[in-house]
Amino acid sequence: MSQALPFGAPPLGAILAGGNRRHFQHGPIDLVIEATGVGHEVGRAYKQAWARFETILGELVGELPALRAPFKASGPKLGGPAIEGAVAQRMEAACARHQGVFVTPMAAVAGAVADEVLAALVVGRALEKAYVNNGGDIALYLSPGASFDAGMVSLADTPSAAGTIAIDYASSARGIATSGWRGRSLSLGIADAVTVLAPNAAEADVAATLIANAVDTDYPRIERVPARELDPDSDLGARMATVNVGVLPDAAVIAALDAGADAAKRMIAGGHILAAHLVLQGEVRTIGAAPLKALTDQAEPNIAATRSTGLDKRRRAWPT
Amino acid sequence: MPDDSARAKESAKDGLVTCDACPVLCRIREGRSGACDRYGNVHGALTRLDPFVVTQRVAQKEGDLVAFGKDDWDGAMIKGAPTFITGIGSGTTYPDYKPAPFIVASEYDGVDMVTVVSEGIFSYCGIKVKIDTDRFVGPETAAVRVGGEQVGHVTTAEYGSQMLSLGGVRHLTGGSKKEGTITCDTMLKLCSGEAVELIVDDGARLTVEAGKPPVINDAQEERMRVGCGSATIGIFAKQWHGHADEVIVVDDHITGVLSEHQAGRFLGMEPVGIRVRGRKSTPGRYFQVAEPGTGWGGTDITDPLSIIDSINPKTAWPGLRLFMVSTTGEDAAFFVLDDDLKPVAAAMPAPLELVVERIGENCEPALSTVLFMAGAGGSLRAGVTENPVRLTRSVREALTRVTCGGAPVYVWPGGGITLMVDVTTMPENSFGYVPTPALVAPIEFTLRLEDYAAMGGHMDAVRRVEDMAEAGRLKSVRWHDQAPWPGAPLHGIAREA
Repeated sequence: MSQALPFGAPPLGAILAGGNRRHFQHGPIDLVIEATGVGHEVGRAYKQAWARFETILGELVGELPALRAPFKASGPKLGGPAIEGAVAQRMEAACARHQGVFVTPMAAVAGAVADEVLAALVVGRALEKAYVNNGGDIALYLSPGASFDAGMVSLADTPSAAGTIAIDYASSARGIATSGWRGRSLSLGIADAVTVLAPNAAEADVAATLIANAVDTDYPRIERVPARELDPDSDLGARMATVNVGVLPDAAVIAALDAGADAAKRMIAGGHILAAHLVLQGEVRTIGAAPLKALTDQAEPNIAATRSTGLDKRRRAWPT
Repeated sequence: MPDDSARAKESAKDGLVTCDACPVLCRIREGRSGACDRYGNVHGALTRLDPFVVTQRVAQKEGDLVAFGKDDWDGAMIKGAPTFITGIGSGTTYPDYKPAPFIVASEYDGVDMVTVVSEGIFSYCGIKVKIDTDRFVGPETAAVRVGGEQVGHVTTAEYGSQMLSLGGVRHLTGGSKKEGTITCDTMLKLCSGEAVELIVDDGARLTVEAGKPPVINDAQEERMRVGCGSATIGIFAKQWHGHADEVIVVDDHITGVLSEHQAGRFLGMEPVGIRVRGRKSTPGRYFQVAEPGTGWGGTDITDPLSIIDSINPKTAWPGLRLFMVSTTGEDAAFFVLDDDLKPVAAAMPAPLELVVERIGENCEPALSTVLFMAGAGGSLRAGVTENPVRLTRSVREALTRVTCGGAPVYVWPGGGITLMVDVTTMPENSFGYVPTPALVAPIEFTLRLEDYAAMGGHMDAVRRVEDMAEAGRLKSVRWHDQAPWPGAPLHGIAREA
C-alpha cells in the first residue's frame, strides 16, 4: 500500500528566485524549503529532504481511508487498517493529545509532512536554521543563537492581524500552523484565521484546526453545508462545514472568540501548544505568550502564515 | 474507499470529476477544486487552475517595444497585448497518453496559429558550456567533476574559448545514483543562472555562471584574447613600427615575432635574431613556446624572458628595443639590450602603452555561456499529435516553430527534434527536475492551425488564448525583444507551393 501509484505527474523540484530556497511539489503537497549554513551542508540537506519527499505522497495515499476516519485514542481501531507510515504516525500522535473532541488524523496532514521533511533535511547536517513551509504550516529547525521571523498577512478587514512572529532558539516552538474557514481545508467554525505555535508543525496544525472549529456561534448569517456535499471524500463526512459568514454583531464575534479562546487556553494548560492568535471580523485575540510583533514596513516577512482564501480569490505563485 | 467501479458510478451520478493528475485521485464537485488547488471542476470538466507563464509583447508607445527586464513588471496581464503562452508551469502529461496540458489557438497577422504547450521531462539532455579564455582548463576529454562525481568532460577548444560538455544521459542515468543526482543538480543550477564550481581532472578549478565572467583557479577572467599572436601582430604591426625593434606577442596557440613575421617584412624590418622557444610554423609564428597555464597569453609563464631561447650577436645589437605583450594586453613588458645583449627592463614608451590599452579594448568581455541541449523525442510528441513523426517532419520542414519558454532554439539537422537554447534568453525559473533524474523544461510547438489539423493534432483540445487570458490565471513575463515573436509563423512558409 505504500507504493506510489504508477500514474500521475511525478514529484517536481525547483530552485526558487534568489537561488537558495527549494520548491518541492507533488499533487497537493507544496513545500517551500530553506536551509542556511555552510554551503556543502545545505546542499546535502536538500538532497536528503528530496530523497524523503519522493515517496511521501505514495505512502499517504495508501493509508488515506484510515487517516480520514475519526481518531479514537483507545488503541487500534477495530477492524480498521493499522497505520504504518512515518507521516501517518506523526498525524496520529498529534491527534492523541486531544481527547473528547471530533478529530481525524487528516487535521495534521500538512504539518506532519512538514515535520517529516524537516527531520530528513536536518538529520546528520550542521545547519544554522531551516524551515519547511507546507502551504502555511511551517516546521522549524534552529541552532543555538538562531531565530526565525514569520509574517502573518492581514485580511482585508483586519489590518491589526498583520504582524510577525519571532521565534528564537530558547523558545520550544518549532511548528506554526494556520486554519480558518477561508483556508484550503474545510472548517466547522467561523474563524477567519487561527495561527498556533506548538512544539512541532503537526501539533500546531491539529490545534489550529480544532481552535478554528471552536471559534463558533449560532447566528443566521452563517452558511453551512454538509462537508461531503463540497468534497465527497472529506474526513468531516456529514458535519456542517462553513461556506460563508455574513457580517456578525459584536456580541456574536465576542462569543465566538471566547469559545475559541477557551479551547486554546485548555491546550496551553495541557502543554500541547504555546500560543494562539485568533482573528474574526476585525477582532484579534492572542492567547499565551505569543512572540508577536506588529508589522512595520521596514521588515518584509519571509513567510506568509495565512493561506490562500477560496477558489475565486486564489493566487498561487508557482513558480515564484 | 469505494472500489473503482463504485467510485465511477457515483461520480457519473453526482457530476463529480475524478482528477488523475496525481495519485490522490480527488473526486471534485462542480465549482470546487481538488486538494492541491491546482485542478478544479469547471462546468463538469477537469481544469487546470493555477497560473502559468505567458510572455507578452508590450508596446510602450506606438511601435516601441519595452526592453526585456528593464523596469518593474508586476506580472499582471496586459489586455490586448499579443500574448504567447509558454510551457513554464504548464505541467506535463508524461508519459503523454493524453493531449499536452495546453493547446492554444491565437491569431498572428490574420493567420490562425496554434501553440502546443508542455513541460518536457528530458531524459536526454545536457549542457554545452563555452568559456571565453585561453587559459588552460584541462586536456581534451578530461573528466569534469562536481563533488568528486563526473558530470561531463572537456571537449574541443573553439576560437578564444574552452568548451565543456556537461550532463547527458550517460551521466544522468548511465552511472551510479549519486553521479546522476549530482549531474542533474549541476545542470539545474547552470540552467537557473546559478554559479557552479567545476573541477577538471589534471586541469583547473572553474566557477561557471551563465552570462558571467568565468573564474579560473580563483582568478576572474576579464577578456577574450584579441586573436592569436600572429593575428595580433597583423592587426597592430603598423602601430608599433618605429617604437620597438622587435615585438614578441606571447600566446599559448601561436606566438608571433614581428621582425620575422610577414607583417614585419612588409614594413621593411629584418629579423633581429631573438629566437623564441617552441616549434616554428611559418616565419614569425611559433607553436608551443611554453606549457598551457594561467600565465601570459594562456601559457604557464610568468617571466616573459623565459621563452627566449637565444639572441644572435651577429644580428642583434646593444640598445635594441624589445617589446613583449600577451594577446589580451593584460601582460606587457619593455626591455633594452645592454652591451652584453642581455635584455634589461626599461620604462615603456607611451606609444607602446597606448597599443597595450588598445589590445585590451579590442578584447571582448570574457563570459561563460550555457546552452541547454535536449531531445524532444518519444512520447512528448504524442501530446501534440496522434502521429508523432508528423511533428518531427513539420519541424524539419520549418512549418512548426519550436521554442523553450518562448525563447528561440536551434534545431539540429537530421533525425528527431534535438534542440539547443541559450538559457539566459529563457524566463526565470524555467527549469525543474524529476527524481529519474531528468530535467524539466518548457517547450512549445507553434504552427498554423490548418497545419496542426493536417498532422493529426488534438483539435478537440484546442482553446483560444483570449479565453485563457480571461480566466485570469496567467502570469505575464516580458518578452525578450531581441527574439523573434514566438507566435509568428516561420519565414519561408509557402503553403501554396
